[in-house]
Amino acid sequence: MATLTYRDALNQALREEMQRDPNVFLMGEEVGVYQGAYKVSRGLLEEFGPTRVVDTPIAELGFAGVGVGAAMAGLRPVIEFMTWNFAVLALDQIVNSAAKILYESGGQIPIPIVFRGPNGAALQLAAQHSQAWDSWLSHIPGLKVVAPATPADAKGLLKSAIRDNNPVIVLEGEMLYNLKGEVPEGEHVVPIGRADVKRPGRDVTFVCHSKTVAVALKAAEQLAEHEGISAEVLDLRSLRPLDEEAIVGSVARTNRAVVIEEGWPHAGIGAQVVDVIQREAFDQLDAPVLRVTQADVPMPYSKQLERLAKPSPERVVAAARRVLYLD
Amino acid sequence: MSTNVYMEALSPTMEEGRVVKWHKRDGDPVKVGETLAEVETDKAVMDLVARADGVLRQVAAAEGQTVAVGSVVAVIAAPGEAVGAAPAAAAPVASSGSGKRETLKDSLTVAGNVATVTTPAPVAVVPLPATAPADATLVKASPLARRMAKEAGVDLKLVAGSGPGGRVVKKDLERTPSQGTPVASPPGAAVPSTVARVPFPERSGAPYDDIPLTQIRKTIAKRLATSLGPIPHFFLTTEVDMERASEARDALNKQLGDQGKVSFNDIIIKATAHALTKHPACNAWFQDDHIRYWHEVHIGMAVAVEDGLITPVIRNADLKSLADIGREAKELAERARNRRLQPSEYTGATFSVSNLGMFDIDQFTAVINPPEAGIIAVGSMVQKAVVVDGQVTARRRMRITMSCDHRVIDGATGAAFLKTLKQMLENPLAMLL
Repeated sequence: MATLTYRDALNQALREEMQRDPNVFLMGEEVGVYQGAYKVSRGLLEEFGPTRVVDTPIAELGFAGVGVGAAMAGLRPVIEFMTWNFAVLALDQIVNSAAKILYESGGQIPIPIVFRGPNGAALQLAAQHSQAWDSWLSHIPGLKVVAPATPADAKGLLKSAIRDNNPVIVLEGEMLYNLKGEVPEGEHVVPIGRADVKRPGRDVTFVCHSKTVAVALKAAEQLAEHEGISAEVLDLRSLRPLDEEAIVGSVARTNRAVVIEEGWPHAGIGAQVVDVIQREAFDQLDAPVLRVTQADVPMPYSKQLERLAKPSPERVVAAARRVLYLD
Repeated sequence: MSTNVYMEALSPTMEEGRVVKWHKRDGDPVKVGETLAEVETDKAVMDLVARADGVLRQVAAAEGQTVAVGSVVAVIAAPGEAVGAAPAAAAPVASSGSGKRETLKDSLTVAGNVATVTTPAPVAVVPLPATAPADATLVKASPLARRMAKEAGVDLKLVAGSGPGGRVVKKDLERTPSQGTPVASPPGAAVPSTVARVPFPERSGAPYDDIPLTQIRKTIAKRLATSLGPIPHFFLTTEVDMERASEARDALNKQLGDQGKVSFNDIIIKATAHALTKHPACNAWFQDDHIRYWHEVHIGMAVAVEDGLITPVIRNADLKSLADIGREAKELAERARNRRLQPSEYTGATFSVSNLGMFDIDQFTAVINPPEAGIIAVGSMVQKAVVVDGQVTARRRMRITMSCDHRVIDGATGAAFLKTLKQMLENPLAMLL
């Protein structure tokens, strides 16, 4: 198995899917000549030409709408947003068009489109450019949402997203693009809606996704090393649909859970996960489920404050100790 | 007009009390001064009496439950009076003995953002505000604990909860020994002496018993630990006549010939192990909230090594022959000096022996090796003029000093053990009894 960066794993998925299906095309700001703001589309313009790798003006609502129209006409567009922070401008097309046309057309017009780009905070990009849109997008019936944490999952989930006949949101991460990992070559498809145990454990379940998987793994490592506590790290991978079976199964083994996410606490993804746990694993719970989230404030610019605002292994360890009744 | 019944401070140092037995039940009429319940304090079992006339209602502390001083344990209502706001369910004290009590709000915070959940500061002992749910029989337990209790047929009211606000959690039930057996000790039991309370060791079944600390033992532990460093030592010294042990050793070594040698230390280890089987109260570990009384006797043997000291363990020393102990001790000591011991060979002792006799030390006090509760320090054997049968005569004598962890072993308990040890050394045949 080759070791690839997350960026190159996405690139591989795009290339393979564009080779596989001539209806697949990529569109967005700087995806062509500049090869992507984060170089995810490196080499694609050269290989597939300007009709399949399309540079757009700085007009998110416009090119998202063009994408939806192309999907209605039978193509399979992949729309890249330079960041999901800019995609807020395109939400009308995503929420009101892409997510609803199949329903509103009585099932006649599927919208096989992918909207993808980096999500959440990077480093010191301040309040407007450090937002995690996971729960906003997962709220909408008609959309599927995936948030891969590893290069292998990035490749496998993007391939599934492109092949899916529904609109699929792919949440990537600026801080993930350089992450390296083993990636299966060729046909490697990760089904949407399937979580993955990234580290098995007995004492507490960490439910996480995207960038918080690394946070949870680090916390699990510290707990194992210093306190002899065995934490299970469950990577959701898909936020909609949610793998309820995997969540309930893990909590049934550990009897305790901490849910970690990049977003704000109020009405976050974690709240949805907690809902599943309290409903489906009530008799398995030995402690109230705790959440670790971004602080409930706009992201500070100050480096120190930003660090404090984000979920950290220290905060996950503290939450784990609480659900284990150690504090 | 209803009157709250509080867990009262029945001794000057009492911080929590265990309800041993309710004399009145829910609905019983009560008069001022009548005994409502027996409460075990840190010192004794005392009566909790009624402070008003009326009818006892909303008994919120189960028998066996430990409750912080100041908690509402029931209400005395005027006859026929409907009691509105219920007393807060008694907040049982976590078994760790911490006086921390969480607010109701906090205990109900489910899945709050960790960043915004503040741990309540320890609060002064005051009566709880009457804002708790009206169900006074409410037992706080995690859903899992409820299910486990139901499946095991355990009455949750009898289980001491270790979670926040006395919540019964999984580990509290894992401690529950068997079906329907309450974790708390049976009500009404007087505080027996330590020696009597220790079960006689049996070789079958579990290797040890975990006996929960009684209130008096908890207080002894807390007081003594703060008075004299982490382990409150005390020391007992006795002088042993070693004439007969010396004779026995000579005879044994003659018989063994070139099959090894029995040393005085081997005899002391054997005698100590034997004496411990007769005094299980000294064969114990102090374990924060309980004392582990071992059924097995594993003797740690202090061995000086180049830059320190290590205590290899002779396991089941009471069951081994002197020759076996001699061989094993020699072999372990040699490997200790060569740093070839496995961790399993120097951990798990239930009692230790330290011998500085070869250094011409008359007597000394050894430091206890936690969690063990005792160690004996052996001085050198010297010829002394002593009176035997009215005649001054020269005898080989040796001084033994026992260090005791006062949290586990009381003076008389240690002395009784030491007396047995002395008898065994002075008459080695006693070991055959």
